[in-house]
Amino acid sequence: MRHATDRQGQAPAKTVLEPAEISRALTRIAHEILERTNGADDVVLLGIPTRGVPLARRLAERLEHVEGRPVPAGSLDITMYRDDLRLRPARALGHTEVPPVGIDGRVVVLVDDVLYSGRTVRAALDALGDIGRPRAVQLAVLVDRGHRELPIRADYVGKNLPTSQRELVRVLLTEVDGQDAVVLGVNLTATARGEEAR
Amino acid sequence: MNRHLISAGDLSHDDALLILDTADELARMSERPVKKLPTLRGRTVVNLFYEDSTRTRISFEAAAKRLSADVINFSAKGSSVAKGESLKDTALTLEAMGADAVVIRHSASGAPHRLAGWVRGSVVNAGDGAHEHPTQALLDAFTMRRRLGRLDGIRVTIVGDVLHSRVARSNVLLLSTLGAEVTLVAPPTLLPVAVGSWPCSVGYDLDAALPKADVVMMLRVQQERMNAAYFPSVREYSRRYGLDAGRMALLPEHGIVMHPGPMNRGVEIAAEVADSTRSTIVEQVANGVSVRMAVLYLLLSGSEVTQ
Repeated sequence: MRHATDRQGQAPAKTVLEPAEISRALTRIAHEILERTNGADDVVLLGIPTRGVPLARRLAERLEHVEGRPVPAGSLDITMYRDDLRLRPARALGHTEVPPVGIDGRVVVLVDDVLYSGRTVRAALDALGDIGRPRAVQLAVLVDRGHRELPIRADYVGKNLPTSQRELVRVLLTEVDGQDAVVLGVNLTATARGEEAR
Repeated sequence: MNRHLISAGDLSHDDALLILDTADELARMSERPVKKLPTLRGRTVVNLFYEDSTRTRISFEAAAKRLSADVINFSAKGSSVAKGESLKDTALTLEAMGADAVVIRHSASGAPHRLAGWVRGSVVNAGDGAHEHPTQALLDAFTMRRRLGRLDGIRVTIVGDVLHSRVARSNVLLLSTLGAEVTLVAPPTLLPVAVGSWPCSVGYDLDAALPKADVVMMLRVQQERMNAAYFPSVREYSRRYGLDAGRMALLPEHGIVMHPGPMNRGVEIAAEVADSTRSTIVEQVANGVSVRMAVLYLLLSGSEVTQ
């Protein structure tokens, strides 16, 4: 395992997924989506900003590559639906971009980088309800790090990563961070959970 | 961001851009079938209006309701104010009711500033005397950015009764923060004494200013405040400082015409100009709701941490 320095100047971070492993995990998820949805006929991928959005786009590319036709992908910002708005400083809003086909009657696959407390996904389900009525909603995440606080589970997981709550999981993606990696560090400053990218 | 929004001058460049960017995202949500967001559920916003207002009060009310806040409308008419209650006592009453935000319009400059010292919630200035109207300036800047694509370096000409206009002052402060060049054009009697210290230039000739203007903003001739003779006659004012079709033709091709409303058609702006495609007057009203949603969201979320 390689060691990288966490850019927040905290404890040295350990790389747990290399670029090739991220790529393989996404390819596997894409195949699982095709299997479970019978060819992804009516699938719409919605990434949760920030890093869920490029992940959704990458999955859409892989689905198109296998099936030979485009799969709609977009983004779903959940900031206004969070349950901790009163407790944290105001955040800038992300972009919501629902593909023109809409979500009514479709299978929506929510895509996020890390699944942790499950609160982001709960907020996303509320946000979806205000946009339309999907036939089904599924969840794809690159990393599931455990410690759920709500009865929520992922349908597609890139890697299960058992962690302690003191640890910090960061997903880096080329589109946002200039490189692909999943790193694990010890969070020295934050006592509250959810300090990372949600 | 500060906890209150009293003056457009209190906003840093980053604060102002954060409000405009947030409003951009919220404007997109207002095109959805379900326009309501749960963001301010359980929060109370009080509209405290000591002066008559239609569009500003309705705009704030719509903004708060779209964010699921509870709205209490308080207008001075028919309230205890008519019985002589002071602003401070009214403020303490609101405080006891647990107002998370107070949106105040008052005829006295500085009333929102005083109020901010008495209540725990956020205070939003919705117009105080001839002082400021920051959310109007924000929605104007938002409208300009949507139409012209940028604010940095654009030239804005504000025409008319600057002396009595809180809109003009807030716009000058905000637009200069955002990098626009502002020129005020008005009869000398309708310019405040201290205008020399404002971050803008001043002119007296509308025809000379128009060809260089990306935006021309017409201010209302405030007839209710025209107790002294600021100009010889409405007709003469209209001829020198009113915007008619002939003058509008002097604007560059992309130039837009703005007006904060309510308009005096035929005085500061001709009806054909107000209804032309260059006029953003109706857009300004629609944008007002998105901008005020952004302000309420940014002031009220996380407020429990800072207290």
